[in-house]
Amino acid sequence: MASSRPAPVPSFHSPSLGTVLTPKWRSALARLRQERSVANPKYFFLALVAAGFWAAAFGVFYRVLLYVHAQQEIGAALAAKILGVILLSFAAMLLLSNLITALSSFFLARDLDILVAAPVDWLRFYLAKLLETIANSSWMVVLIAFPIFTAYGVVFRGGIWFPLVAITAMVPYIVLPAVIGTAIMSILVNVFPARRTRDLLSLVAIGAAGGLVLLFRLIRPEQLAKPDGVRNLLEYLSALRTPANPFLPSEWAARMVMNWLVQIADPLPVALLWTTAPAFVVLGALLHQRLYAAGYSKAQEGANKATRRGGWEWPFERALRRLTPSKREFILKDLRVFFRDTQQWSQLILLAVLLIVYLFNIRSLPLFSGEKTPVFLVTLVVFLNQGLAGFVLAAIAARFIFPAVSLEGRQMWLLRSSPLDLRALLWSKYWTGTTPLLALAMMITVTTNVLLRASTFMMAISLGTVFCLTLAISALALGYGALYPRFDAENTAQIPTSFGGLLFMMTSIVLLGIVIVIEALPVMSYLRAQLVGARTTVDTRMVLALAAVVAICAAATIIPLRLGLRRMEEMEF
Amino acid sequence: MIRLTNLTKAYGSFLAVDNINLHVPRGQLFGFLGPNGAGKTTTLRMIAGILRPTNGTVEIAGADVARKPMEAKSRLGFIPDRPYVYDKLTGAEFLRFVAALYGQDGPIIERRMDELLALFELTEWKNELVESYSHGMRQKLIISSALIHRPEVIVVDEPMVGLDPRGARFLKELFRAFVDRGGTVLMSTHTLEVAEAMCDRIAIILGGRIAASGTMADLREQTESGDSSLEEVFLKLTGGIVDRELDVILEA
Repeated sequence: MASSRPAPVPSFHSPSLGTVLTPKWRSALARLRQERSVANPKYFFLALVAAGFWAAAFGVFYRVLLYVHAQQEIGAALAAKILGVILLSFAAMLLLSNLITALSSFFLARDLDILVAAPVDWLRFYLAKLLETIANSSWMVVLIAFPIFTAYGVVFRGGIWFPLVAITAMVPYIVLPAVIGTAIMSILVNVFPARRTRDLLSLVAIGAAGGLVLLFRLIRPEQLAKPDGVRNLLEYLSALRTPANPFLPSEWAARMVMNWLVQIADPLPVALLWTTAPAFVVLGALLHQRLYAAGYSKAQEGANKATRRGGWEWPFERALRRLTPSKREFILKDLRVFFRDTQQWSQLILLAVLLIVYLFNIRSLPLFSGEKTPVFLVTLVVFLNQGLAGFVLAAIAARFIFPAVSLEGRQMWLLRSSPLDLRALLWSKYWTGTTPLLALAMMITVTTNVLLRASTFMMAISLGTVFCLTLAISALALGYGALYPRFDAENTAQIPTSFGGLLFMMTSIVLLGIVIVIEALPVMSYLRAQLVGARTTVDTRMVLALAAVVAICAAATIIPLRLGLRRMEEMEF
Repeated sequence: MIRLTNLTKAYGSFLAVDNINLHVPRGQLFGFLGPNGAGKTTTLRMIAGILRPTNGTVEIAGADVARKPMEAKSRLGFIPDRPYVYDKLTGAEFLRFVAALYGQDGPIIERRMDELLALFELTEWKNELVESYSHGMRQKLIISSALIHRPEVIVVDEPMVGLDPRGARFLKELFRAFVDRGGTVLMSTHTLEVAEAMCDRIAIILGGRIAASGTMADLREQTESGDSSLEEVFLKLTGGIVDRELDVILEA
């Protein structure tokens, strides 16, 4: 019979922060090694594209800052204001990104069962998960910030210590939104009914939409662009020097960087950043200690709701009834999954707000101050607006079309073992994403062109261009999504911010650039004719240029879809 | 019905499946056994057309899976070891979707779906999202989905995992009845008692190769095991438990 004497308590040390984080960084390293070994030349090319993108971003900021720096009286103040606005926009992005990431890393991640069941000290657990959240949500902002800070350092001659100053300013600036996002999510998970935890993102999206509008009013960008609205230079200067809000960490970071660049000895911003961030980490940790256990337990209870056939399904079923059962059910399945997954449709709210802001900006352009319509300016804006519309469409495609293949990952056993043709799968995915995007693209183009009072010629050109671009951008999104799938993503919102998502955005921007440059030829011919009052004649050069645009867009549609299909055929699960 | 010829799967220099030749005739329940990492799941996933063989061929009812995938796959029902399904579909929607993948829809499928759901005691859950199903319920739903298009061949990886005793018992009866009506089942399992009681023939795979194959009597003869149980035969082939290792683990 076994002895009733209790076993002695073994001497025990809680695992260190490094130990808790080991699986994460080792997995990241392994993924990097795997991806590197796949195809070296391809990665060299991609590195080249990334370097080109950074060089372009640096070039734009360098030119702008050079111009600003040359303005004797207001140069430094204006540069500081621009940096403040950029950092405030980044802070908004970081807060949203941290909220989304914190939900998955603290409450839904697959490694949590092991970590929560293990005797890991609560503080180390919090710090490990906070670091993981920061890494996942902030890397893209850091990548974008890199060329911007470099431009500031070069133009204002920041010296060799400037990178260290920039890093010192950015570290607490990045930590703060992560702590705040994590704390908000901890509270929301505890407050929300247990079965609705996964629907929290819709609430976050609505909050973010409101925040975006607030941010737009907080920055008041029109003040910078219209100095004539201010009575005199002194007032303008004073407006520039007044921080948008002295309590915003983005202002502290901007001031810290600018103080170094214009050699002002002011320790206040440094002190504010480096006392607030650690204080917030401590407060965040205390909140975590109080709320986490109950919140995590609630988050584990799955949604358990009966679903009746939604009214929206009937028109789709009728419209698709001529298709084969497999294509029809595949499209219906995609639509059902989309509308039932809050992580996906909640992003639509954000999108709607972004579109309103975009259209509002177009409407606010000061083009029609005189009696006569400024043909040159209107044509130029309509022309360049194509690029902007293309960028908006690419951002939407990154959110909704790029994740399509990744989302099938765990169910791929079913699709591959059934007699479903992968071509049909890709076809369904392509048109399910492209049809609404095309409708949106046409709506944006017509609305902005009407607001800009575009001519019939420019309306035709931009509608044709945006049509071709939409087909190409959708194909690029789906193709890149198949080439760089993220089957292990725990949250849909994480998929577009992956390496492949970044590459897709870069390629889309390059495509937009090429199309704009080629189309400049026919638009210039048209403008010349308009300015001298002649009739626009369609010449060979114009036809060739437009044919080239169609050919490039066709190639950008077919090639990524083919590559994506081949990659899917090669995929092993 | 299932014929594997020189089937090989390599991951770099590692041979997961090494030149397997196997024939499972029509109307047989064939057990596929082996220790963890022996190559069972890899073989089954190659048969289902999910993995591409490095070498060799897979034929289902005479159709080569690589050359005539549609023909081969339309006769097959595959049940994987991990029950991943679309969380945001209801059980009924999932079954309707799977039927459509095999080109079937309409009232016949609706009737069959109701029959299958009733058979697996899932009728009450028909209109619930799959995300609220337990592991066992998901497994039952996947088994239903593998049967919805009336396959001729079922390839199943660890079917008993997650099922309650009642469900496991029912599944055994179901497979037996399926085979008795002319169907073919290739089943991988770690439950040796189930394999011994149910299977007409058994293959034991070790290090990617078939170490022994045949009826229970054949296996006993090949391993010179006398009247031993399948467990004894299996352990003899794959290596027994080392007592010394147990001591090391359990002693403080």
